[in-house]
Amino acid sequence: MDHMPENWGRPRNDVYGEYQSAIHNAGQGPQSRTQTPSITGTSVIAMKFDNGVMLAADNLGSYGSLARFTDQERLIKVGNETVVGISGDASDQQYIELLLERLLIEDNYPQDGHHLRAPHIYEYLSRVMYNRRSKIDPLWNAILVAGKNDDGSPFLGYVDLLGVTYSSPSIATGYGAYLAIPLMRKIVSEEADAKNVSEEQARKVIDECMKVLFYRDARSLDKYTVATVTLDGEVKMDKNVRCQNMNWRFAEGIRGYGTQKQ
Amino acid sequence: MFRNSYDNDSITYSPTGRLFQVEYALEAIKQGSASVGLVSKTHAVLVALKRNAEELGSYQKKIIRIDNHLGIALAGLAPDARVLSNFMRQQAMSSKMIYNRPIPVSRVASEIGDKAQKNTQVYGKRPYGVGLLVAGYDETGPHLFEFLPSGTVLEYFGAAIGARSQSARTYLERSFESFADCSAEELVLHGLRALRDTLAQDKELTIQNTSIGVVGLDSPFKLYDNEEVGEWLEKLGDVGSSRGRRQAEEAAAEAAAASAAAEAADTDAPTTDAPAADDEAAADLPAEPIETDD
Repeated sequence: MDHMPENWGRPRNDVYGEYQSAIHNAGQGPQSRTQTPSITGTSVIAMKFDNGVMLAADNLGSYGSLARFTDQERLIKVGNETVVGISGDASDQQYIELLLERLLIEDNYPQDGHHLRAPHIYEYLSRVMYNRRSKIDPLWNAILVAGKNDDGSPFLGYVDLLGVTYSSPSIATGYGAYLAIPLMRKIVSEEADAKNVSEEQARKVIDECMKVLFYRDARSLDKYTVATVTLDGEVKMDKNVRCQNMNWRFAEGIRGYGTQKQ
Repeated sequence: MFRNSYDNDSITYSPTGRLFQVEYALEAIKQGSASVGLVSKTHAVLVALKRNAEELGSYQKKIIRIDNHLGIALAGLAPDARVLSNFMRQQAMSSKMIYNRPIPVSRVASEIGDKAQKNTQVYGKRPYGVGLLVAGYDETGPHLFEFLPSGTVLEYFGAAIGARSQSARTYLERSFESFADCSAEELVLHGLRALRDTLAQDKELTIQNTSIGVVGLDSPFKLYDNEEVGEWLEKLGDVGSSRGRRQAEEAAAEAAAASAAAEAADTDAPTTDAPAADDEAAADLPAEPIETDD
């Protein structure tokens, strides 16, 4: 008589072999690869200026801390006068690009002179993001949408994986929220400030921010894209921009990392 | 036993290529009192004549607000119009919720057009028995669309549907060229003049039987009913049909129209469209006499 009740009613080990308890001890639910990001893009930064909005994002796709892809384009032109910048998971980014492409095709069928502009695309994306977070299957991204308002003024909005939305004359996702926003707010802090900033000034600040981010953000690249949406409805994409005038001499003095002995 | 074996459902063609149930649905519009719509460069206006079933009863609503920038006027079966207006409201709200955009007038018009067309191609359905005038203002300016149960949706400078609407159409055709530069007020008065021409002889426009809807640049859809109509009728002045007073020209025009209609009726008897009938004139509109009086 086996006096251990947990063994009662089980196939006998001496007849059927050891019970495969691995099946029993498996985790809950099916395997999932989309509920946590794998290939990721770092910060997207953007600010308004007198004649539009300027965005920048580097071209890196990181696999953890590995710089896996160095030709990722994370600023997407949507329609004729809107740019969407996406940070976070690259596969979810591709899915969002697919949604936006379908949306635009659908919107173009009637050929009735109506076009989706930045505020409309922003509202749509915020609905998608909040809907997915409510299914507990979020799209792992933080997104900036830039373009023109209905009244012709510049538009800039943020939405992330939680469905959180807000607008501001200068916004950055990820690490940029800590490193780039203080620099951008030096010249565009309030909505009214944007009117006093020229495209050249904005570009200078954007380039400076991207350089600081490359210095400090260990998941960044010195190659990036700058997109400019102007109020006359033009979108310029300046690709393969490099960080200029960097100085890495201080790196020699850093101790405690790497292979140096002291 | 059956006078016409091709009108038992709304999807079967007669041998002459007609869908009788759809044509009957178009006749149902003419049973309803008239609705008139017109547009300028800045505004779209709807005016409609309301009817009460009996002296002590209330008047049937004729103009329905869909959204801040959009409204419809109906002629025909009011319950069918309610179904369509509820659908249009849903579409308008979806557009606001998903895209933060007031729905473009042409889009919502063609959506109900698609809905109506399905009824003429899917078995077991019935065409809507109502015609609508869809008036609204969007990014591309003011618009007026006419919706018919056949699924036809067309844009107009001015349009009239319902009983005796031909008289209103005659007025619109005479004066539509001046609409473009009209103010909202002038446009409403043009609409009321067109509408009063659809009145029966001893009837006039009153605050009870007249509805007015106005929408335009920077002015959300405003519906005028009852007391609010009073000042418009004062501006209009004469609230009776002007058809009698323009008798000479009217008589000539109507005589011509009547003889044309009589000719059409002679050559084309729609309710006896037998399968073997080789009737070339059958492609014309049905000339079945319809009692349009209240």
